[in-house]
Amino acid sequence: MFEVVSNEILAENLHKMVLVAPRIARARKAGQFVIVRLDQGEERIPLTIGDADQAAGTITLFIQAIGASTRKIVATPAGGFIRDVAGPLGKETHITNWGRVVCVGGGVGTAVLFPLVKALAEAGNEITTIIGGRSEKYVILADELGALSKNLIITTEDGSQGYKGFVTGPLSEMLADPERVPQAVFAVGPVPMMKAVANITREPGIETIVSLNPIMIDGTGMCGGCRVQVGNQTKFACVDGPEFDAHLVDFDGLSDRLTSYRKEEAARHAAEGCKLAKEVAK
Amino acid sequence: MSNDLSPKERMAIDRVHMPELPADERNKNFEEVNLGLSEDQALSEAKRCLQCKTRNCVAGCPVGVSIPEFIDALACEDMPRAAQILRGDNALPAVCGRVCPQETQCEALCIRGKKGDAVAIGYLERYVADWAMQHPDRLLSEPTPEPTGKSVAVVGCGPAGLTAAGELARQGHKVTIFEALHDTGGVLRYGIPEFRLPKEIIDREVAVLAQLGVTIECNVIIGKTLTIAELRSEFDAVFIANGAGLPTMLNIPGENLKGVYAANEFLTRVNLMEAGRREDSATPILQRDEVAVIGGGNTAMDCVRTAKRLGAKRAMIIYRRGEAEMPARVEEIKHAKEEGVEFIMLTAPLEIVATEDGWVKALRCQRMELGPADDSGRRRPQAIPGSEYDIPAGIVINAVGTNANPLLTATAPDLKLNKWGNVVADENGETSIPGVFAGGDIVRGGATVILAMGDGKQAAASIDAYLKR
Repeated sequence: MFEVVSNEILAENLHKMVLVAPRIARARKAGQFVIVRLDQGEERIPLTIGDADQAAGTITLFIQAIGASTRKIVATPAGGFIRDVAGPLGKETHITNWGRVVCVGGGVGTAVLFPLVKALAEAGNEITTIIGGRSEKYVILADELGALSKNLIITTEDGSQGYKGFVTGPLSEMLADPERVPQAVFAVGPVPMMKAVANITREPGIETIVSLNPIMIDGTGMCGGCRVQVGNQTKFACVDGPEFDAHLVDFDGLSDRLTSYRKEEAARHAAEGCKLAKEVAK
Repeated sequence: MSNDLSPKERMAIDRVHMPELPADERNKNFEEVNLGLSEDQALSEAKRCLQCKTRNCVAGCPVGVSIPEFIDALACEDMPRAAQILRGDNALPAVCGRVCPQETQCEALCIRGKKGDAVAIGYLERYVADWAMQHPDRLLSEPTPEPTGKSVAVVGCGPAGLTAAGELARQGHKVTIFEALHDTGGVLRYGIPEFRLPKEIIDREVAVLAQLGVTIECNVIIGKTLTIAELRSEFDAVFIANGAGLPTMLNIPGENLKGVYAANEFLTRVNLMEAGRREDSATPILQRDEVAVIGGGNTAMDCVRTAKRLGAKRAMIIYRRGEAEMPARVEEIKHAKEEGVEFIMLTAPLEIVATEDGWVKALRCQRMELGPADDSGRRRPQAIPGSEYDIPAGIVINAVGTNANPLLTATAPDLKLNKWGNVVADENGETSIPGVFAGGDIVRGGATVILAMGDGKQAAASIDAYLKR
């Protein structure tokens, strides 16, 4: 059992949860994830480790509550318990001093980006962080990321904060400016965003790394559910990733595989909704 | 009671038939297929054993169960003694009695098999093990071992790890098992379906170990959460039994389409996560009318029989050699056929064909014929030119095998591996690191439960000797 130390809401459906997990806190490196199972009968859900405090023996998870299972996980209050937390899994991010680095985060991907920005800053990189959200209320961790970055750029689709438009707008401007062009780009967010970033950094040949979150069960290299086409090879995100060279990832294939259980999940969503309605009616 | 029939009287008894659930009933649920022998059947079968002095059967058993002795106790109706003998040699008798390939091991060497049918050793093992589980109050108490003060870490809670843990605990060593998944049993739980091995059996076998003082820590991935070096510094010895790894890909077009599963994913969803078996299971599984399973081993049989139970109208085995070359147990093949599984032999997959929106539509295959024998002694399949055709399928399951798991070995640079990434261990189970032993699939590649258990037993003996040096 893993105790929940704190659970705060950062934005709509986005929680920051701190858990007691001393072994994981000690072993984890930037870029790695855990598998979380709330209770008996629940799903195994992969979640990026956002941060860790070795002295306190805690890890921080940023959880976007979009499915039935993640909504149940974020409903666990401080003082409550999560039955299973296993990790750290996946390879750590290859951190070096590139010089100028752009870190791009979209939606909950911004939270996944946080440990990378922290590690890149510690390695002496000059970081520009670009955060994208649908509107102001989906822009998260701006202060925390701003403190680690030389520049912080915010984009919103409706223009309610920062640039109006997508993260690719300011990134394109930087790529076109010889004074500001980065040596490496990290991008974490929805698959279409990562694909768009990869497309604009491909031609100038800028090293671009993305962190993928495919369908996964055990996360330990056993089931093969998380396979992704990278170049002409099939890779397993849990042991070979979750970070890959963005210019080699088959984003369309990844996107498509992520929809495998859309029908089943909609049915479960509906069933959970009914159950909730019945309980409320009682 | 005595067991003093004459050989002639013993020879006159026919081999028992295992009672089974009717095929058209069981292929719709996950109830155990084999129902177990009645008392009369078990006693009659036990009396078929000639109690011969050569004891060939024992030589055929990877864990060396004292087979004639436990059968004699059973024939004398001394159940506590039969259970004690069995338990003394085998840490997981109720598992072995269900999933061991006795027909190629102990029973293959039984003298009665030379002229007629071998003694049904596996059925009798199951009978005694199940009796022991149902009568804990009648079991002879095991002497509590003197604590040695030595500690052993076991990596993996599958058949090899559980066996080694049981043996070591009986020697008085303090054993801690580290398991990567959230539950015990390893492949016994995530891989083998309930209709062959009910989960309750695993729970009970694990409970016996807990009584012996074995500690089990789930959610600890050795190589990630803790390293072998850390275990080596905290424990007096380490046994690595973390099992098989990633699925071997077919390397044919369409392998990443929606509806294509590796066997381990399909089985893990249904067995460990209970997808499709419990109405409220949080983990989903796809269900389609036509399911094609590629492969001819026990894992392929488990997949195809599971697909049938999940409601497939056509559940098919696609295998590139002939039925005689299939590595699956004869019993599994027989059960699958009775349950309505189609066997499409001498057929090799070429491509998985997609619908417009990226789902599996069909498996494009090519017919094969058998040529001369290859290195493995099996006749090599050769393609028949121009024989390509499509088998309609909504789900394709790849059950051709697994590669070595890289998680543990990636963070243990001193651990010597072979060219396939498997841990190198000598006949005693010792690896290139002193005090670190290994066994089961991480050493052998894909093998059987009983071979993994044999490794666990051997390694436990080596570890015990190492700790007493």
